[in-house]
Amino acid sequence: MANEYVLETRGIRKVFPGVVALDGISLRFRPGSVHALMGENGAGKSTLMKILSGMYKPTEGIVLYKGVETEFNAPIESIRLGIAMIHQELSPVPHRSVMENVWLGREPLIKGTPFVDHRKMHDDTKRLLDDLELSIDPRIEMAKLTVAKMQMVEIAKAVSYNADVVIMDEPTSSLTKGEVEHLFRIIRRLREQGKAIIYISHKMDEIFAISDEVSVLRDGNYVGTYPAAELNTDKLIALMVGRELNEMFPKVECPITDVKLEVKNLSSPGAFQDVSFAVRKGEILGFAGLVGAGRTEVMETLFGIRHKCAGSVLIDDKPVDIRAPEDAIRHKMALLTEDRRLSGIFPMLDIKDNMIMAVIDRYRNRLGKFLNHAQIRNECGEYRHKIKIKTPSLEQKIMNLSGGNQQKVLVARWLMSEPEILILDEPTRGIDVGAKAEIHTLITNLAAKGKAIILVSSELPEILGMSDRIAVMREGRLTGIVERKDATQEVVMKYATMKP
Amino acid sequence: MNGKENIKQFFGKYGIYLVLVVMVIIMSFLSPVFLSQDNLLNVVRQVSVIGVISLGVTLVIISKGIDLSSGSTLALCAVMAASFGQAGDWAAKMYPSLPELPVIVPILVALGVGTLVGMVNGLLVAKTGIPAFIATLGTYVSVRGLALLYSDGRPVSTLTASYQFIGQGYVLGVPVPVILFFVLALITWVVLNHTKFGKNIYAIGGNIVAAEVSGVNVGRNLVKIYMYAGMLAGVAGLMLSARLNTGQPGMGVAYELDAIAATTIGGTSHSGGIGTIQGAVVGALILGVLNNGLNLLGVSAYWQQIIKGAIIVTAVVIDMRKNAKKK
Repeated sequence: MANEYVLETRGIRKVFPGVVALDGISLRFRPGSVHALMGENGAGKSTLMKILSGMYKPTEGIVLYKGVETEFNAPIESIRLGIAMIHQELSPVPHRSVMENVWLGREPLIKGTPFVDHRKMHDDTKRLLDDLELSIDPRIEMAKLTVAKMQMVEIAKAVSYNADVVIMDEPTSSLTKGEVEHLFRIIRRLREQGKAIIYISHKMDEIFAISDEVSVLRDGNYVGTYPAAELNTDKLIALMVGRELNEMFPKVECPITDVKLEVKNLSSPGAFQDVSFAVRKGEILGFAGLVGAGRTEVMETLFGIRHKCAGSVLIDDKPVDIRAPEDAIRHKMALLTEDRRLSGIFPMLDIKDNMIMAVIDRYRNRLGKFLNHAQIRNECGEYRHKIKIKTPSLEQKIMNLSGGNQQKVLVARWLMSEPEILILDEPTRGIDVGAKAEIHTLITNLAAKGKAIILVSSELPEILGMSDRIAVMREGRLTGIVERKDATQEVVMKYATMKP
Repeated sequence: MNGKENIKQFFGKYGIYLVLVVMVIIMSFLSPVFLSQDNLLNVVRQVSVIGVISLGVTLVIISKGIDLSSGSTLALCAVMAASFGQAGDWAAKMYPSLPELPVIVPILVALGVGTLVGMVNGLLVAKTGIPAFIATLGTYVSVRGLALLYSDGRPVSTLTASYQFIGQGYVLGVPVPVILFFVLALITWVVLNHTKFGKNIYAIGGNIVAAEVSGVNVGRNLVKIYMYAGMLAGVAGLMLSARLNTGQPGMGVAYELDAIAATTIGGTSHSGGIGTIQGAVVGALILGVLNNGLNLLGVSAYWQQIIKGAIIVTAVVIDMRKNAKKK
């Protein structure tokens, strides 16, 4: 009898030193079907996928491929069998051409010679890309493509393996709407060809748009598998979190008082022009706009990372001159940067060292040169409990935490500097729903304490749910500021796309 | 795009060749001897030993590694090859009972020993995961010790005529070391650009995780890269001992640094994944022209060192700015 399932896991358990990442996961994947895998960050999805793609070995349990028990010892083995994976973190070789990236590790050779057949490589790549309706020159250097195009090349590469199982780990994280639709067309075609697609994403609408079945993991445990048609967003979140999240955006109206920060006609050539706005104490000012609208650049300029060429900044009605982040910190400003990995965490340092980085001077002991470790431990411990950082100890390296917990450590870093103006650039990007809600609560509480808060986010529901007013940018210009009561998705999108 | 962009790109790509051309032009004005055929061949012959080493070092650096052991490997290969290539009538032979052997024996010894040292480097890097800097620092020290041990600290001199030909001979008026340098450069260029192995080197240096998940056997390739570099250091040992008619355990000190310098000046990036053989050849020639030119001009050896160092750093600064611009 033909196998109903192309790929099956039975009782997979994976233990890392000190953590059980997966505990008894049994899943079955059908050919010709899109199977979504859901779970909060740290639920074990990526670990499971790494086992299926041969990067990790399970501690216990077996994998059956086409009904046969199979062991993968290296990525190459699972690829050869027909399991291709598109990784969450893009993995191109940046300074090589598209075609060299696609055929990496299996370059075609000119028959009877040890030499690579560049013409065949080019033609095959061209055909592959044409087939996927991608207009990319196979010879162009990978680093010259946009992130979205790189992602499409990665997908083309997976297709080129002619695999029976294609694993996509958050393939849409950097794609625009049009590109996502393009991807979905590709996925549907793969499904028609009888391939099994394992699809991991945090975006609910995508899950419901593309998947046939949904399996949920929570804290390394298997929760269940459901036909997508029987689920809705609320049900799915409840399954993932294991509790009902009644309030996604726990916004509390709180008194808004004097103007704290005022920005007049700020410009930075090539990034944005003539940006003016004000934030009051107790107010959350949202910043909406499409990617590339210049919001991050404005925040970097405010914080002294970028040089401004014109305009003025006033704090408490007094003009201030901020030339470097140190100046900004002295003026009681804090910036949670957009890219946690790039400009936030020190991966090799432990949690407390990551926390105290912005206020390290405060912990010098009486001799003035050495650090007071007892004080550091105490205060870090306080913040750990206050904002519920899940970790076995403060000495844990931050890179071992989930994305949400890393973000909380960074929030703690800036809270320790006791700021009066907080700039949060995409504070919930890439973190799971539970941690997201906690960070939202934290933001609201900070506003209630009279802090002035700027919230930059590309997620419209988050902006609409959290902000008192919403500033919208488009192509380097501020196109409008909308009051909370007037703010709808349509209004904000209009400003985000209109001609200034 | 526009003309300005194009000019910038052109300089980014060919800047290093222009530097060489400009240096040659300046030198030919400053010194009448410089452009003579004899002097030019002399320049190339002088750089050929360093040049051959830098070919292998280029592969290593593209893979995001480093090889500090080339100078020591050169010395070990030189004394061992020389001990099997001594002239029959020489009284102080290392192996007195050994008859005069055909030149293929010392050649195979040099290549074999060099490859073996490279294999040790490669295995250390690939299997233990220690940084290449540390692994090859270890072999740099130990292999020099081996050379001293093997030769008992003494030179191994008076080689057969056919051995000496490798370093001193001419074919059609061109010195043999120069021919060897260019032939090996051509072979290495083909390996790097037209074989799977070459593609894998770029991939490993550019993104080792990507290489791994694409099914590249990273460990085996790393071993091969270091073996290739070791083998070329062996060739360099053969060339140098043949030229000087002696294999000495103290030979080739700091040659690895000159080879790394040549590679680096030639645009190979220490952050991995970027680099060319043409660049290494031009880098070696630039160092050679610089040495020769400064000598002809009577610049003191002390100043020569200072200038050489400054040029290495300047080359990398320019290269980094070029790459940063792309972002």
